[in-house]
Amino acid sequence: MAKVAVLSYLKRKSPVHALTGTTKLLFFLMWSVAAMVTYDTRVLAAMLAGSAAIFRLSKIHLRDVKVVLGLAAVFLLMNNLFVYLFSPEYGVGLYESRTVLFTIAGPYTITLQQLFYHLNMSLKVICVVPVALLFIACTDPSEFAASLAGIGISYRVGYSVSLALRYIPDVQREYHQISQAQQARGIDLSGKDKFLTRLKNSVAILLPLILSSLSRIETISNAMELRGFGKKKKRTWYMKRPMQKEDYLAIALAAGILVLDLLITFWDGSRYYNPFL
Amino acid sequence: MASPIISFQDYGFQYAAQAAPTLYHINLDIYPGEKVLIAGASGSGKSTIASCINGLIPYAHPGASTGKVLVDGRDAAESSIFTLSHTVGTVLQDTDGQFIGLTVAEDIAFALENDCVEQDEMKETVERVAELVDIGHHLDHAPHELSGGQKQRVSLAGVMVDDVKVLLFDEPLANLDPAAGRNTIELIDRIQQQTGAAVLIIEHRLEDVLWRHVDRIVLMEEGHILADLPAKELLCSDLLTRHGIREPLYLTALRYAGIPVTRELEPEHVDSLRLSEPQKQQVREWMQAAKSRLTEEKTGEPLLRVEQLTFGYTAKRYNLEDISFTIHKGEMVSIVGKNGAGKSTLAKLICGFEQPESGRILLGGQDLAGDTIKERAARIGYVMQNPNQMISKPMIWDEVELALLATDMTPEQRRERVEETLRICGLYPFRKWPVSALSFGQKKRVTIASILVRRPEVLILDEPTAGQDYHHYTEIMEFLRQLNQQGYTILMITHDMHLMLEYTRRALVFCEGKLLADTTAAHVLTEPELVKRASLKETSLYSLSLACGIEDPRKFAEVFIAWEREEVR
Repeated sequence: MAKVAVLSYLKRKSPVHALTGTTKLLFFLMWSVAAMVTYDTRVLAAMLAGSAAIFRLSKIHLRDVKVVLGLAAVFLLMNNLFVYLFSPEYGVGLYESRTVLFTIAGPYTITLQQLFYHLNMSLKVICVVPVALLFIACTDPSEFAASLAGIGISYRVGYSVSLALRYIPDVQREYHQISQAQQARGIDLSGKDKFLTRLKNSVAILLPLILSSLSRIETISNAMELRGFGKKKKRTWYMKRPMQKEDYLAIALAAGILVLDLLITFWDGSRYYNPFL
Repeated sequence: MASPIISFQDYGFQYAAQAAPTLYHINLDIYPGEKVLIAGASGSGKSTIASCINGLIPYAHPGASTGKVLVDGRDAAESSIFTLSHTVGTVLQDTDGQFIGLTVAEDIAFALENDCVEQDEMKETVERVAELVDIGHHLDHAPHELSGGQKQRVSLAGVMVDDVKVLLFDEPLANLDPAAGRNTIELIDRIQQQTGAAVLIIEHRLEDVLWRHVDRIVLMEEGHILADLPAKELLCSDLLTRHGIREPLYLTALRYAGIPVTRELEPEHVDSLRLSEPQKQQVREWMQAAKSRLTEEKTGEPLLRVEQLTFGYTAKRYNLEDISFTIHKGEMVSIVGKNGAGKSTLAKLICGFEQPESGRILLGGQDLAGDTIKERAARIGYVMQNPNQMISKPMIWDEVELALLATDMTPEQRRERVEETLRICGLYPFRKWPVSALSFGQKKRVTIASILVRRPEVLILDEPTAGQDYHHYTEIMEFLRQLNQQGYTILMITHDMHLMLEYTRRALVFCEGKLLADTTAAHVLTEPELVKRASLKETSLYSLSLACGIEDPRKFAEVFIAWEREEVR
């Protein structure tokens, strides 16, 4: 069963990998807030350049993450399409001017302002996606829970999340096995049957899958309790790396960008940069 | 004598969800440095004993208790599971399920992390303990890169970081191949000598545990302690066989030959047996006399033919290479070899889950290449190891009928077929029951019935008896034998050497994707080279026959099986 991992940790030697998980998580969070707050095209353009630079630095190649990038692109396209369908004049109201380029049909005209609005909206997403990808692709899963704990999230929650991530491939494998065994009983799961039959048949896989996942959970939670998980308020981490100079620098950089971003954005009391007035 | 490290004092326990107690008036003392085996059939309460010691009772399994359990002088009921974990280290049965960390090192460090140990100290301890269990070279490996035996070593290291006074093993052999199981028993022995910890092994495979010295055996049945004796004494009695535990095969053979098992014989180990010359003579004579019981098995028409089959999941490596064999109608054949040898892959190819790279699979002379999984399903039945992975209906009747719904049988025909199948499988009285009311062994039957209902020509079973005690093992295997006698051709993937020897005349031995041998089961287990390469274990019958100067050890094993079949069953 050869499956391409859609998005997983890619072990490389790069300055981005060298940062601790906590640093990367903090960086990602501040970066996202900065990109979400602003609609200022100049700021977004600068951040885009920044995220491209970080991506290069990480030694992760576009082909490593092409599946996720493709998905993100589709999502972005849909998003733009729906925004336009439901409010084709949103940009006009926002930028308080109207420059019609051409008319498609009825209320659907293409205005410069609307196009500009879409550009900004897309830029925001394009700024965040690479940094989010890098957080996952460059953070050793072993460090994942530690990094969540690093920003103050309870280690129980952090550990649950990281265990859940770890079990995804196991559950996939089991799903595959069960599905094969059920097909060998003549339960058809291919497209030939009617939809309702197929839905009913998929229960034949899900029920055993859920039951066996429950027993897996029982075993692991017993094993964890037997070895003292949850005994103290805090715990240490075998894989946690100490913060280096570079980590503090990266965090300071992200904080600086965020502050600057807020300053520029709210300087004139508006989140929007308006070249039309 | 020192005071006991574990002491059950008139202890009884009843799970909150159950109607009757699981343990009654248990009195048991374990002393520091002792090695005790707790044996008993499933449901005898032996695992419950373990849970009382490590604190899973009452922490994870609430219930009502009477009397007391003292662990290191403290009342276990009043200490927390965490306090107990510093005294008692538990290695659970499921080698995969208890692997918590993402790598070996993290898993070993898990208890230390929870104890807020500083990182430097943690790394030091992990390295030291990993050396001790011989896993030091794999510290950065992920669980899927390890064998079952290695995972177990990691679990053991994970509880040893605490310098525990008691090591508790819950069925340590259940998920291992025979060679790995033997290594585990040797490792436990070595660790105990180095650390001086008391060791408790809960296991029903007596002969395998006795590979190394055990101080005492505690035999349990239905919540009571039946016997608490040194191994030697217990082996001389007939208590084991009477209470659902299989005694070592070499002792059974001696009894068949009319030699009483006594303390003077040193019966704990086949290599230490002190047989006198007349006794050896007696064994040889028994074998001569019993030879007449060997029957020639008649083989039917060729049914399943595999020709030069080659397959790989990835382009880099073949998981099966150039496999050829023929299975005849009415045969019952074992497929053995260590994990990853290609046994399950072979089953998947036969069922059509995967397509071969080259080679052919023929059933009754007809090439299966073009047939889909569904088309093959009418002629080849596949039963997974874990019944819980197959059962998808709450009611037994519906579960068995499920496979027929895809056929064009009328409801009347379906009803008849289901009834008939339930009768064959001994499930007819339960036909209106929910599946959840059944025991594990009965569920296994339901899954076999749900496949059998299509009347396949070949039945492939993956580990049909995994995790079963002797009683349930016998129940399942005798049932399969009956099916075989009714004309079903049966292939079984197994780690269980007893199963192979007792129930199948022929075995296919796989090793690293190749078919290493296609021969009789008795031959496989008496050929040292084959045993080694396929990670199997010689049967003690082989050692016994050598000790008695029998020239043809292979025949001896066959005679033993034939005798047992006629005398006992």
